[in-house]
Formats: sequence, structure tokens, C-alpha cells
Amino acid sequence: MKKIIKYVMLDILRSKVVIGYTLFLLTVSLSVFSLEDSADKGLLSLLNIVLFIVPLVAIIFSTIYVYNSAEFIELLVSQPIKRTTLWLSVFTGLTSALSLAWFIGAGIPILLYQPDSTGITMIIVGLLLTVIFVSIALLASVKTRDKAKGIGLSVLLWFYFSIIFDGLVLFVLFQLQDYPMEKPMLVFTTLNPVDLGRIMILLQMDMSALMGYTGAIFREFFDTGTGTTLATIILFIWILFPLWLSVRSFAKKDL
Amino acid sequence: MIIANNVNKSFGKLQVLKDVSTHCDEGQCIALIGPNGSGKTTFIKCLLGMVVPDSGFITYRSRNIVHDWEYRSHIGYMPQIGRYPDNMTIAQVLDMMKDIRKQKDHIDESLIDSLGLRSIMHKRMRTLSGGTRQKVSASLAFLFNPEVLILDEPTAGLDPVSSQVLKDKISYEKERGKLVLITSHILSELDDLITHVMYLQEGQLRFNKSIETLREDTGEEKLAKAIARVMQS
Repeated sequence: MKKIIKYVMLDILRSKVVIGYTLFLLTVSLSVFSLEDSADKGLLSLLNIVLFIVPLVAIIFSTIYVYNSAEFIELLVSQPIKRTTLWLSVFTGLTSALSLAWFIGAGIPILLYQPDSTGITMIIVGLLLTVIFVSIALLASVKTRDKAKGIGLSVLLWFYFSIIFDGLVLFVLFQLQDYPMEKPMLVFTTLNPVDLGRIMILLQMDMSALMGYTGAIFREFFDTGTGTTLATIILFIWILFPLWLSVRSFAKKDL
Repeated sequence: MIIANNVNKSFGKLQVLKDVSTHCDEGQCIALIGPNGSGKTTFIKCLLGMVVPDSGFITYRSRNIVHDWEYRSHIGYMPQIGRYPDNMTIAQVLDMMKDIRKQKDHIDESLIDSLGLRSIMHKRMRTLSGGTRQKVSASLAFLFNPEVLILDEPTAGLDPVSSQVLKDKISYEKERGKLVLITSHILSELDDLITHVMYLQEGQLRFNKSIETLREDTGEEKLAKAIARVMQS
């Protein structure tokens, strides 16, 4: 398994996209921190960028990578390697490369300017979102044979999690405003990892005004500690569930 | 050595393999023959575990291959169209396979030399011609000295000299008691190589018998004519 991860990592680093992504994150986070007068404000501006860019890069890059390495995967499937091992190695290679890019590009500036619990939460949320969207990308690409369709599906999924979901929540809320919606809304929140990530950071920052409806409810029901733990657990489910589905589907795939 | 039992496979509505049952033993050199789209490649991919049968099972040395993956270390596979990572050189691909297989001894690099790959080791896979790719595939299939060789159209796209080199290598390995499975449309080149013929038509296995029996049954000496006789009847 280690060897396959090594080859996947080497291949990813050779493509230079990840290096570009690291430099981009580095530029953005450094400029945001030096533009704002307080590091708190800087973190907040960074948050909005992070919640859009990290999932987008993770999901698109991973999908394209899986399709482009179809030959590599095909070659290895005919070798004495367990399919599960092969797939998990691709997953580990992708997540480690992208997480490393996130850590160097955004993690180090955050640690320099705001080395407190909020900053660390932010780094962890970024890492979790990276892994979650790699996992979703692997599921999308194993399920669709056609490259264009697979990438389209990935873009659509990102669009759903980042933009459409909020619209849906508001829509449901307005339609059912006569009913008590607090508890159903809690369930709704768990359906979107990006939203959960935002809530996790804002819980730490203590900025209720920016939490939005779902965040405010989260706040109302849980104190910071329980809320954060619960959100982390759900984010881990968001990693493992798509990954498990994709492993199962890859084990039976005809190549 | 390899036993297939009622293997069925469909892609969507198209049933590619219908109840294929057969067995292959050591020292045999089997020609897998059939019209285009008769399921030859699918059958081979089933043997390699690249395609999972819908029903039925395949065993290698009396172990079911569904949950076993280590049996693949005894198989050398040469695909019909070799597809390799574009930006790796030939040397890197070979090294990667050695690294992954973890096999230190009994490495057989004779084909790399005899096919003349040694001098172009630094070339990237995307710059190679179809024939050179075939040469890389062939070298990879023989590299680990496997017990079973599965060759899908091995000489398609190779020049006459390389083709002869490969055929000599195949017959040498056959003499050493290995099981060789070949698909090919060029029947004349199989004549002096094979011991058995397996004939697939529309996903059904028509027969798997030794070349002597086939010659007796059809009364033809040449394989090409014998197969033509079978197809007509």
C-alpha cells in the first residue's frame, strides 16, 4: 500500500496543479491577514474564501486525477494487488497531497497570525473539508464511466453544497414558517458538510450575527464544546460514508 | 490449473459470456479463437479478475479467485491495447512493477533485450508507437517468470522480426511447462505453437479440445482450414 501511495503522490506532485494551489492559498491568506487590521477580521475574510475554494479544488482535482490515471489503475488491477488497497491508496495519496497544500498554504499563515483555538479549528475544518470532498469525488468518478459526465457531476455536487443548499434551506423555512422548525433544521444542517464547517468555526469565533439561521439554532441547542464535537463526528461520517460506498463499488467495477 | 464454471457476464442487455465452463492445465498452449465480439477478451479479463462475472466462478489451483488476489502474482498478462501512465518512462514503468510485485529473484529481462527496448528506456510512454507499447506489454508479461501467460493478440502491431522473437519466447516458455493462453486472429502463426483450441462464438464456448482431435475431426492439417470447417458446419 505504501508503495502505491508513493507513486500516486509522485504523480500528483509532477502535475504542478497542487503546487499552484498551495501558492494561491499562501498569497490569499497572507494578503488577507496583512490587509485587515485585526487578525480576527482576517480570519473571517479567509473563512469565506476557504469555504468556497477548498471544496472546489478538492472535488474537481480529484475527479480529474482519477480519470487521468485510468491507465495506471487498469495496469495495477491486473497485478497482485487487492482492489480495496489500490483504491484506498489513491484516496490516501490524493488527501495527503491536498491536505499538505492546505496546511502549507493556509495553515502556516494562520498559525503565524492567529495561533489560538479559532485558528486551529479553522485549519482542522479545512483539512476535514479537503478529505470529505476527495471522498465525494472518488464516489462520483467511480460511478460514472464517462469523463465529461463525471466532472460535470462533481461540479454540480460542489454547486449544490456551496450554493444551492442554502437556497433550499431558506425555501423550506419560508414555506413552513408557521411550524416549529428548529429541530428539523438541525437535521438539515448535518446534510451539508460546508455548512457544518462554517458553524464549527463561527462557534469558536463567537459571532452570532454571522452564523445564519442554522448556525444560530446549533448555538441554541449546544454549547460550544458539544456543538464542536457533534459537528466533528458528523464531518467524519461525511468522510467515511462516501468512501465506503466508492470502495464497494470499485471492488465490483469492470475495467 | 484454471477451472471456469458456468461463467455468465452481461454488459447491460448484451450477454457477453453464456455459461462458459472449461479447464486449462499446465504445459498446455491454448488458442482462444472466435469472431470479433465473441467474448474472448471478456473471458480473459474474467480470469484476471478485471471483470467480475455475474454468476459462476473461476478457480485457480482450486481456489476461488473472487476473494483471492494473490493468485495474480502467478499470471503474466499482455493486454490487447496496453495503456500506461503517459508521463512515465519505460524504465520507470518497469521499475514500478518490480517495486510493487516485490519479487526479487527469477526476474526475466530477456525480452527487454531481444525486443530492443534497452536503448529507448528513457522515452516517455506517450511518445511511443503502438508497436513499441506492445513490446513493453510483452516484456512486462514475461518479466516475473509467471506460471501462466495470458496474451491477448500478442503479435498485433509488431514487426515481423519482433513477432518472431515473441513467438520463440512463447514456445520456449511452453516447453518449460507453463500454461499459455493466446488469442489471435492470425491462425497461421499459431499452427506450430499451440496444443489446444478453445472456440468461442457469441459468448458460448463451442469446444476446447486438443489440436490433434480437431485435426482428426475435421480432416484438415492446417489450423486455419480446420477452423473454417468448424465455422461452416
